[in-house]
Amino acid sequence: MFLKREDLTHTGAHKINNALGQALLAKRMGKRRVVAETGAGQHGVATATACALLGLECRVYMGTEDMRRQALNVVRMQLLGAAVHGVEAGSRTLKDAINEAMRDWVANVDDTYYLLGSALGPHPYPLMVREFQSVIGREARAQILEQAGRLPDVVVACVGGGSNAIGIFDGFIDDAGVRLIGVEAGGETIAPGRHAARFAGGSTGVLQGTRTFVLQDAAGNIELTHSISAGLDYAAVGPEHAWLRELGRTEYAHISDAEALDGFRTLARLEGILPALESSHAIAYTMQLTPTLQPGSIVLVNLSGRGDKDVQTVIDSGGRVLSDPADAR
Amino acid sequence: MTRLQSTFARLRDKRAPGLVTYITAGDPDLDRTAGILRALDRAGADVLEVGVPFSDPLADGPVIQRATERALASGTTLSRVLDLLRELRTDIAAPIVIFSYANPILRLGAEQFADRAREAGVDGVLVLDLPIEEADEFRTMLAGRGIDTILLLSPTTTDDRLRRAAALGSGFLYAISRLGVTGARDALATGAREMVERIRRVSDLPVALGFGISRPDHVREVAQWADAAVVGSALVDVIAREGASRDLNTRVEEYVRWLKS
Repeated sequence: MFLKREDLTHTGAHKINNALGQALLAKRMGKRRVVAETGAGQHGVATATACALLGLECRVYMGTEDMRRQALNVVRMQLLGAAVHGVEAGSRTLKDAINEAMRDWVANVDDTYYLLGSALGPHPYPLMVREFQSVIGREARAQILEQAGRLPDVVVACVGGGSNAIGIFDGFIDDAGVRLIGVEAGGETIAPGRHAARFAGGSTGVLQGTRTFVLQDAAGNIELTHSISAGLDYAAVGPEHAWLRELGRTEYAHISDAEALDGFRTLARLEGILPALESSHAIAYTMQLTPTLQPGSIVLVNLSGRGDKDVQTVIDSGGRVLSDPADAR
Repeated sequence: MTRLQSTFARLRDKRAPGLVTYITAGDPDLDRTAGILRALDRAGADVLEVGVPFSDPLADGPVIQRATERALASGTTLSRVLDLLRELRTDIAAPIVIFSYANPILRLGAEQFADRAREAGVDGVLVLDLPIEEADEFRTMLAGRGIDTILLLSPTTTDDRLRRAAALGSGFLYAISRLGVTGARDALATGAREMVERIRRVSDLPVALGFGISRPDHVREVAQWADAAVVGSALVDVIAREGASRDLNTRVEEYVRWLKS
């Protein structure tokens, strides 16, 4: 098992790859102001960082539920000079933040650039975000060839909107022998409002300018979602994932909140790395997958972000991560 | 001639300022929506836009967002809105336009929606988040059933796209007076007139101008260069305030008569 260490990038997640690329574009387009949405806060922090570097005014929309559970990132964005605007609508998470960022953008498009953080939304965002994140796959492919001398058998990444996954998949898409597996948030259980596994409980629909797999009710209204990780807590999946799945090139699985916490704990104890709860879904899935593979198989996992931001959530989860029977001995 | 075409032809003949009204169906509930639509028709609204509530109304400002929440809470769905319009249709003279986001229509099935819209006597359909590039198939489906496809144009729409919209759209073109989401304003946007004039240069279709209109002086001003003014949020606000009142329909009627004064 190899880890692609996106958690070591500046600001602590892969989000900076895209934020910096789009902020440079905003600058080139002559915009003076940037708006962004954020779920886990990692995209917001990355955007605030890029805007600070390039001298752009920055406003980040964030659901108030996410502000509560990712309080550390709210302060980081503010320290970087961004205004964080709480959104009270819906489930007060990522989807609602995107609605509000889009409303701001359409009203101020003359001088404002919308810096969307995942591979979703209207064209050309899915394509552009994939392009900026494809650096993950290019690097990972070169690195695994150098370190292992061959391509991996499986590549695993968590999928919210799906930007870290599409970024690493992009490097291996033409390598037909490499299985590409995306891991969605299974939440508490696969029932309406209690998860964010679009391929497990969703169907084709249009949300926020994208036709893709969406969690929706019989009348076409978007369902509420739940995940312990704010970054996976979204009702639609990036359209390229839906397309690649239809082509049979990618596979998708889901991991529950409890399993993700186990993944978090295991990586911390075995490797000395605190992974983001988002990335912990990919870790937990890999732990389930490896016993089914041939001995000697190589699994490449995208460790999309670091877990410092999630410490409070982990504490609130009831101590199952902190209290290990091994400690008592 | 469709009902929308004859309505706008009549307005042009009389050189009268047209008024298009928007309400969110099911706010506060569908029974009262029926009464409100009858009241609007009695008061002389020229076209009735009926909004379908959707969980993520990203083109709408706070007033219509709240109305949407009330409508969803009262159990309103696209299917029930179509049932209501079918029952009401013979009571109402004005053309009726369904105003919806794409997803409820796709969920019902575009073909089934078109069939049921025809049965309900719907005259036009406006899908807020359906880009011109994707509209052709749906437009053909509606046109085959005698229903007009209303397209939205904004100040950032290029002349090239205006021409494509003019070629695809029918009934009338809906011009957004300023950038942003729906909501009443004290004054009309400064670029509104220029926007309508740009459309006139590429199309003979009637033009209705909306977003930010709330008073009779706005309606009169718009009528100098457009065929009709659209009033949405300000009317939805009257319904929000009077929703529980026994005088709801009277208040709605008074407001529309005032707008037309």
